[in-house]
Amino acid sequence: MSNKQGNKKSGILILYFAIPFIIVLLVKYSISMSRDQYQGLGENSAGSEKEQLADMGMKLPDTVDFIFHVKPILSDRCYLCHGPDEGTREAGLRFDTKEGAFAAIGEHLDKYAIVPGDAASSRLVFKINSTDPEQIMPPPDSNLTLSEYEKQILTKWIEQGAVWKDHWSFVPPKKKEVPSISNPEWASNEIDYFIAKRLEQEGLAPSEKATKEKLIRKVYFDLTGLPPSIEEIDTFINDKDANAYEKVVDHLLASPAYGEHMASGWLDLSRYADTHGYQDDLERVMWPWRDWVISAINRNMPYNQFVKWQLAGDLLPDATLEQIVATGFNRNHKITQEGGVIDEEYRVEYVKDRANTTAKALMGLTMECAQCHDHKYDPISQKEYYGFYGFFNKVNEKGRIDYNEIPEPNVKITPKEVKETLSFINLPDSIKEVRLMVMKDDAPDRKTHILKRGQYDAPSEEVSLSTPEVVFVYSDSLPKNRLGLADWFFSEGNTLTSRVAVNRMWQHIFGVGIVSTSDDFGNQGALPSHPDLLDWLAVTFREDGWDVKKMYKRMVMSSTYQQTSKVTPQLLEADPDNVLLARSSRSKLTAEMIRDNALAVSGLLVNKIGGPSVKPYQPPGLWAETTSGQGLTKYIPDTGENLYRRSLYTFWKRTVPPPSMMTFDAPTRDFCEVKRQKTSTPLQALVMLNDPQLIEAAEHLAMNTLENEATTDEERVKTIFRKITSRFPEENEIDELVQYLEYVKDSYDTTNSDVTKAEGPSKDVYAYTVLTSMIFNLDEAIIKG
Amino acid sequence: MEELSQHFINNNRRHFLKKMGLGIGGIAAASLLDPFSSVAGSNPADELALKLPHFAPKAKRVIYLFQSGGPSQLELFDYKPLLDKLRGEDLPDSVRNGQRLTGMTSGQDKFPLVGSNFKFDQYGQSRAWVSSLMPYTAKVVDELCFIKSMHTEAINHDPAITFFQTGSQQAGRPSMGSWMSYGLGSLNENLPTFTVLLSRGTGRPFSQPLYSRLWGNGFLSSLHQGVQFRSGKDPVLYLKDPEGMSRSERRKMLDHINELNQKQEAEFGDPEINSRIAQYEMAYRMQTSVPDTMNIDDEPEHIIQMYGMDALTPGTYAANCLLARRMVERDVRFVQLYHMGWDQHFDLPSQIEKQAKDIDQATAALIMDLKQRGLLEDTLVIWGGEFGRTNYSQGVLTETNYGRDHHPKCFTMFMAGGGVKPGFTYGETDDFGYNIVKDPVHVHDLQATVMHLMGVDHTKFTYKHQGRRFRLTDVSGHVVHDLLS
Repeated sequence: MSNKQGNKKSGILILYFAIPFIIVLLVKYSISMSRDQYQGLGENSAGSEKEQLADMGMKLPDTVDFIFHVKPILSDRCYLCHGPDEGTREAGLRFDTKEGAFAAIGEHLDKYAIVPGDAASSRLVFKINSTDPEQIMPPPDSNLTLSEYEKQILTKWIEQGAVWKDHWSFVPPKKKEVPSISNPEWASNEIDYFIAKRLEQEGLAPSEKATKEKLIRKVYFDLTGLPPSIEEIDTFINDKDANAYEKVVDHLLASPAYGEHMASGWLDLSRYADTHGYQDDLERVMWPWRDWVISAINRNMPYNQFVKWQLAGDLLPDATLEQIVATGFNRNHKITQEGGVIDEEYRVEYVKDRANTTAKALMGLTMECAQCHDHKYDPISQKEYYGFYGFFNKVNEKGRIDYNEIPEPNVKITPKEVKETLSFINLPDSIKEVRLMVMKDDAPDRKTHILKRGQYDAPSEEVSLSTPEVVFVYSDSLPKNRLGLADWFFSEGNTLTSRVAVNRMWQHIFGVGIVSTSDDFGNQGALPSHPDLLDWLAVTFREDGWDVKKMYKRMVMSSTYQQTSKVTPQLLEADPDNVLLARSSRSKLTAEMIRDNALAVSGLLVNKIGGPSVKPYQPPGLWAETTSGQGLTKYIPDTGENLYRRSLYTFWKRTVPPPSMMTFDAPTRDFCEVKRQKTSTPLQALVMLNDPQLIEAAEHLAMNTLENEATTDEERVKTIFRKITSRFPEENEIDELVQYLEYVKDSYDTTNSDVTKAEGPSKDVYAYTVLTSMIFNLDEAIIKG
Repeated sequence: MEELSQHFINNNRRHFLKKMGLGIGGIAAASLLDPFSSVAGSNPADELALKLPHFAPKAKRVIYLFQSGGPSQLELFDYKPLLDKLRGEDLPDSVRNGQRLTGMTSGQDKFPLVGSNFKFDQYGQSRAWVSSLMPYTAKVVDELCFIKSMHTEAINHDPAITFFQTGSQQAGRPSMGSWMSYGLGSLNENLPTFTVLLSRGTGRPFSQPLYSRLWGNGFLSSLHQGVQFRSGKDPVLYLKDPEGMSRSERRKMLDHINELNQKQEAEFGDPEINSRIAQYEMAYRMQTSVPDTMNIDDEPEHIIQMYGMDALTPGTYAANCLLARRMVERDVRFVQLYHMGWDQHFDLPSQIEKQAKDIDQATAALIMDLKQRGLLEDTLVIWGGEFGRTNYSQGVLTETNYGRDHHPKCFTMFMAGGGVKPGFTYGETDDFGYNIVKDPVHVHDLQATVMHLMGVDHTKFTYKHQGRRFRLTDVSGHVVHDLLS
């Protein structure tokens, strides 16, 4: 019966919500639409639809800009055959360089693809408009097409003189004057001037400030990954000082939970895990490196030093053990023990992994696309790829390790080292020694060759160590090793390092990067929504000595950050993805935060930093049913406080990762990820409703509330609601909650036998547990701001 | 600057429409009703899902019976009498022709050829060769489309199985089922689009592990990840309500949650809230539909007999085959089974006998059961492992015993139903059973063909991730038209 009701209800709901959007759908015919990022599925069969769109009155920009209008089209539709990859370049024509695009072509070199100001003479215009399958570009077999709008963009650009510009991210960032705005009193710091300026141009205004309750919740989660307690909320609400909020921010930045929370993102990026990842997926010990990361972040180690130690700590003069431990970063790649593999094949794989990870993490480039051939879209040759790869190719390591082997090179860590220099490692008394994989150039004479098609057994030309020239020149004064590489990354002229770093920090605080593709700053990546702000932040970050906490503080202190996330239908329609930041984004808690929040509000959370990874509850059988019988064959949950540690300490078996974390979009940790998906799925609902960890937390919170605090149901409900959502419930919400509480109590009386009543929880505990679980399932409970 | 802004605003508006599942073409609020529907994802490409299929599909659903470990084609389907004649003689270099070996046999100084210990015969009107290990399969050969000429690039388990499932030897790409879920969406409103069933063989129960990334969504939205259905009380993780909670309490809870969430929606205007409400409703429906699918009490005796008594033991291959049928009956799009234990390096004769017994009857039953229900017509069944096995013995060859190493250069798979030729054998290997002599079918070719059967052109079905358009078939693959009925 209830099932039927549910269906009917959701049916009505859909109609209810669909109607306004059908109206929007009609409205869209009158708004100008760009199709330039329509990709993928069956796009070539879309001809008629595209034409339809073109006829819907799309408005061409008055001035066509090469970077923002033209190059995305050229890159996406033309570069596969007319781009950086020499190997597949057709007709000797390339559109990725100015020289190439304007060069004479044809048998007699008497034609030009692009004749500035003269569309009629430009072969490009002729080709894209051709209807002859032999002539038309892109050709039919490419499965790529141009929309009418895109054709017009290209044509108009040529008519307007075909002004060429270099790719924005390969031009060094410059700090432009902070713009003046009409309401400077709104701004808290420079960020706001850039944001407000843009809003003014769009005819939009910032939203009002978030309530104190919302603001403190958001900033707690963003900086520490944990919720504020009721006491902390009350203190903030009652603090009438002008700098009340700043006090909270400073407190959070100084709290150890900050380092733990910020480490989570770095662990994704570093593909950190507790197992080797291939086939039998044996256990490894990398957690001392993770402890270092937390400690370095909490100490506010400048970003350049943080990275330099991880890339090349071992090569620093008189390297300390701590600096060597930091290089564990580049040993987090997977390692195989599968019998019968060819050693060199996998060794090469590990070197590639280091190169790819470093490139994505620090430069936001998809260097891995140049393993088998020149990059299809970005100016990175295969030779440059292997030049970069060479930096990581000097480690004397095995491709295949034996069972129970700790891969070389590694360092020994005993209580002695911990006591003397590695105090940040939480080494339990029971562990007398661990060995941590680190970097060491102990195969200094190994030569690096280009590998044809990326294959380990197809070496060709030998290459010397190098970095992509387009990013920045590698100075002769720098040593040709990882230490020199680290300095190259942080040279003033490096166009990417600082931009990529501040963009990722922005993504962390605002949900989406200024460049939304935080993993791709190349030609196929997204364009910055606020280019001047990005550059301002990038230069400022460097000028501030790469001070991470200062940068985060700047972001969360901005008025932009402190806006409410309420959105009007008008604003939602004008800017659904909140690119312009006329409001705050209503973003969802991460996998770690969801569990940590439940542990924290219920009082179960054990605040202890670092140490070996722990095994909280997990549905039984998940390891056992896939194992070969070797290695980690059975998941045995820990007992005691290890059940209630923060989620970043959860043991990560790569081939069977913690299931509820995966359900909430944690990456697999097979390779570097700098951005998580944000999905909403039915499996997530099941976790929220039934995960024993959440039920236990609900029960714990219910019992605490029944024992300690308020006396009436209303008061109790209010407390639980506040703990979970950080705000006071409104009267009608309290009514709704109490109503359900009553319902559960009644149902307990009528449905439970005396036996179950005697064995199970009391009526109050049961009813309050169910109620608490319900509150955990509110949308608001998994939303930050 | 103005143009630049317009650029973002335009893109924004488009995303907005997409988010509501009301993208171009107006495929309506289907995504709200069906949270597993492909258009609910977060990539701009998603809205183009409605252009699939590219042409009329022959198969609406797939059951992929993955035989993990590498079943020996030489003991099952690829009959090579020459190997009996040459038993014990060394593999000629001219046949091996420089083929890479695994580290497990590359150290052997001899490669003694060995034929099958099990007798072969021809069956059905199609006269297909099947060994005595597969008596039930032998009876249904006229439904099967054998490919004797499969080959792969990988020679070790992890990369080879990853290659079959994702089109790439290295982890990170979406599984075949995820691609189908993303591209074609769901056929039903109560169950996931892509489901996974695991069983452990008795031949060599503990040999090769599986990895959950094999049914992972890779860079696609996690809506498209394979959902494991497990034996036991909680067939889908966290499906079961806490002990003591009644269904009406749960229903009531969801009603109150919906009420309160709608209040939030009214205040904050966040369309995500509506999507979450729909997810909860789907979860609630799954709490009924999943146990209903798993509960085989309503299966009549003769059906159980057909699959074999193992079908009554949850978690066995036979039980999973029966579940697979129940799933496709309920219009699950892609059912991925894995049966472990086919890695017969040593003691092959005794191990493979048990292993074949695990699967023979139930596989045949599944095909005939689908047929008698009219489901075989538009359901494609795929049977096969990640590579084949060598024609020479790994380890010492005795009169009765031998082993076989991994062999990527040729192996046998079969398909049935959904648009493939019944009673048909394609491709040929040489008399040594080592090389392909006719009509090779690469892993990407197989994937291209499966997609073709589902109405999808594998060269056009792409997903743009980090600037590159990815395909299940990477940059190669051809549809094997000769296999199509």
